[in-house]
Amino acid sequence: MTTTVRLQREPFDAAKEAAALARGRTDIGAVVTFTGICRADENGEPIAALNLEHYPDMAEAEIGRHVEAAFKRWPLLGVSVVHRYGRIAPGEGIVLVVTASSHRQAAFAAAEFLMDYLKTHAPFWKQVEKAGGKTGDKTGEKIWVEAKASDDSAADRWAPTKRETAS
Amino acid sequence: MKVRYFAWVRERVGKAEEDLDPPAEIATVHDLVAWLARQGEGYAYAFENPGVVRSAIDKRHARADARIAGAKEIAFFPPMTGG
Repeated sequence: MTTTVRLQREPFDAAKEAAALARGRTDIGAVVTFTGICRADENGEPIAALNLEHYPDMAEAEIGRHVEAAFKRWPLLGVSVVHRYGRIAPGEGIVLVVTASSHRQAAFAAAEFLMDYLKTHAPFWKQVEKAGGKTGDKTGEKIWVEAKASDDSAADRWAPTKRETAS
Repeated sequence: MKVRYFAWVRERVGKAEEDLDPPAEIATVHDLVAWLARQGEGYAYAFENPGVVRSAIDKRHARADARIAGAKEIAFFPPMTGG
């Protein structure tokens, strides 16, 4: 099994990361690639960019713990997670999750599990840099993005108690 | 112990990190938050709603009732919004 967890300021190439995970392997039958992309609006207001703050030493460890949990839960053959920090422009990737398995079910489920946990447990904080909106907001004004309750419930559905009752 | 602050908790406190030596009776994360909130206006603002601020002890998520004895680094931050 192959695991990559990387935090970087620079943009990533999703196709390249997915190819690297499966290169030279003939046991992998499914690769799922998820890319979270910066939109040009937040709550209907245009944005110039997102600024991502992170807790460097903890972010990598925390993502690593969730990757480990995914390996325990599904028959995975490889996982790559790349998370960016710093300034991210609309259209650019923020986060990449690539999961590989013999069959698609495990790859799909693990990718979703990892994303749900990344959003609620990986120590990153998004700040919106406004592009100047209809309500007289100043261009360049920075506002912290608020956590969504829907993200918490998305992560909660993978909780051990529910998993045990479901399986 | 080293205490680190992130995102709006950092902005409100006015610093990214500091070395603190809280009194011996401060036993849990909850106690530390209550103590910090009394250290000045910025701290009071940062911890005005202690249920919102999350914490980590030595780079692992920690609950409010977690004991801080022996901790090298404690971090406080808002709910996470990565991904």
